[in-house]
Amino acid sequence: MRVEQIAVFLENKSGRLAEITSILAENDINIRALSVADTADFGILRLIVDKVEKAKTALKQNGFTVGKTTVIAVEVPDRTGGLAGVLKVVENAGLNVEYMYAFVNKTGEDAVLIFRFDEIDKAIEVLRDNGFTILTGEQLCAL
Amino acid sequence: MATLFWEEEIETLPRVGLESIQLRRLRNLVARVYMTVAPYRRKMEAAGVRPEDIRTLADLRRLPFTVKDDLRDNYPFGLFTVPMEEIVRVHASSGTTGKSTVVGYTQKDIETWANVMARALTCAGAHKGDIVHNAYGYGLFTGGLGAHYGVERLGATVIPVSGGNTKRQITIMKDFGSTVLLSTPSYALNLAEAMGAVGVDPHSLSLRVGVFGAEPWSENMREEVERKLNLKAVDIYGLSEVMGPGVAMECLSAEKGMHVFEDHFLPEIIDPDTGEVLPPGEKGELVFTTLTKEAFPIIRYRTKDISRLIYEPCSCGRTLVRMEKVTGRTDDMLIIRGVNVFPSQVEHVLMGIEGVEPHYQIVVEREGNLDTMTVQVEVSEIIFSDEIRVLENLSRKIQVEIKDLLGVTCKVKLVEPKTIQRSEGKAQRVIDKRKM
Repeated sequence: MRVEQIAVFLENKSGRLAEITSILAENDINIRALSVADTADFGILRLIVDKVEKAKTALKQNGFTVGKTTVIAVEVPDRTGGLAGVLKVVENAGLNVEYMYAFVNKTGEDAVLIFRFDEIDKAIEVLRDNGFTILTGEQLCAL
Repeated sequence: MATLFWEEEIETLPRVGLESIQLRRLRNLVARVYMTVAPYRRKMEAAGVRPEDIRTLADLRRLPFTVKDDLRDNYPFGLFTVPMEEIVRVHASSGTTGKSTVVGYTQKDIETWANVMARALTCAGAHKGDIVHNAYGYGLFTGGLGAHYGVERLGATVIPVSGGNTKRQITIMKDFGSTVLLSTPSYALNLAEAMGAVGVDPHSLSLRVGVFGAEPWSENMREEVERKLNLKAVDIYGLSEVMGPGVAMECLSAEKGMHVFEDHFLPEIIDPDTGEVLPPGEKGELVFTTLTKEAFPIIRYRTKDISRLIYEPCSCGRTLVRMEKVTGRTDDMLIIRGVNVFPSQVEHVLMGIEGVEPHYQIVVEREGNLDTMTVQVEVSEIIFSDEIRVLENLSRKIQVEIKDLLGVTCKVKLVEPKTIQRSEGKAQRVIDKRKM
C-alpha cells in the first residue's frame, strides 16, 4: 500500500531541474508525479517514478543527494470536494500531513493525492476504513 | 594646533639614542625572564643561548620565538614573572580554540599602558579638553579598558560607552558633545548608518577624529568613514599578548604607517617560513618583544600579522619606526565584526553534528558596513530529508552552535554534494570577498 518516492536535494540555481529530468529520460525512467518544495536557499524535488532504484542510482552517479521515502497515494473522484473529503478524515483521525501533492490521471475521472504522513500505517488504516482507494506503486505506474 | 607629542624627548630621539635604550632594556628583560620563568629558560637552553650572549640588538635574533601555543601551554598564569599578588589586572583573549590566552599587568604595567595609549591619542591630535567616546568593548578584551586609562592619563574626558546600544550612543554623542571616537572601523560605519536612520546629521556633531583599530580596514574604508562621519580617521594597532591598544599609532600628519612605541615594544619583521629576520623595509611577519613590561613580558612574539617597517623619517618629527597597515595574516584567522575566527573552529562545530561531511566553505562578505559569514555545508544522504523542516532545523542547529562557540552569527547555506571545490593540496576553506 505504500509507494516509494525519491527526493532530490536542489540548490536554487538554474538548470538543475532540467538536468535531473534529462538524466531520468536517458535512463528510460518515467515520472508519474512530482512536486518541488523550496525555500529561499534550497529546494527538494520529490518524484514518483516507475523504476525507483534505477532512478536513484542514476541520479547519485550524477552527483545528486537522493533520498528514498514512502508515501501513500489515495485515489479520489475528480470532482468538487474530493480532496476536502480526504482531509476531513485525516483531520478527525489527528493525523499530521508533512506535505502532499496531487495529479489527475489520464482518463480525467480520478485524481491521485500523494501524502507524506508521519504515521503512515495509521493513515492507511484510517483512510481504508473510510472507504478510500489506496493505490500501490504498480497501480500508480500503470495509470 | 594642540600638543604634538606626549613625550617629545623619547618620541623624537635620534635612533642611536633610542637603540641604546632598547639594548639596555632588552638585556635586563632577558636576564629577568631567564631567571624567573622556567618555560622561557628551557627554550633558551634548548636554543643554546644565555642572557649574557645578548650584546647587541642584533643578538635578539638568537632568542627563540614565542607563539600563541606557548601561552596556552602555560595557561593561565605560567608565563608571569611576578607573584600573583603583584598582578593588579588580567585580560584574556576570546580563546575559542581550546584555552584562552591570559595576560597580566602590574600597577606599573597599567601605568606604562596608559602612557603609551596617551601617546597614541596625542598622535591622533587628541588632548585635554576632548570628550572621548570610547566604544571599544569593556571587559576581558583589552580594547575598552586599555583605551580608557589612556584617555584619563591624557587628561581628556572619557565616556566609557563600550559597544552596542547604537541609538543611545548617538544620543550621547550629540548631548555630551563627543569630539573623539574610539571604535572598530566597522562599528564607526554602523554608527554612521544608524545616524541616517534616526535623522542625526554627522555635521551637527562635534566629532573631529576617530581612532580605529582591532580589525583590518582598507584605505577605501578610511575615506568612507571620514566622509560619512565628518571626521579624520586614524589607525591604531595593538594586541593583548604584547599589551593591548597602544602598541603603534598612526600620526595625523603622515597617514602612512603607525609609529611603533619602540622604547617599549621592539618590532622585527621575519620570513614566516624560515623565521629569518628580513632586511629593513621588507614585508613579512611582525614579531614583538616587550622591553618594559613587568608581569607578562614576551620575547619575540609571532603576531602572524603581515606588515613592513618603514624607517624613513616621518614628517611629524617622530623618529619612531612606522609599521605599515597590516595587510594580512600568516595563518587562516579571520576577523569578523571584531571577532577572531579560525576555520578550524567552524569545522569543529560541523564535525560535532552527525552526518555532516567535512566539506564546507566559509564565505566572508561585507554587506553594507557589516561583515557577514556564510558557512556552506554539503548535504549528504545522511542529513538529507524530503522534508523542508528537517533541513531548516539542521541549518539552524549549525548556526546556533557556531554562535555559541564563536560568538558570531553566521548564515548557513546547504549546498549540493561536490559543489565545494576539492583542491589537490590544502582545501580552500575560506573565500574572503571583502575588499580590504
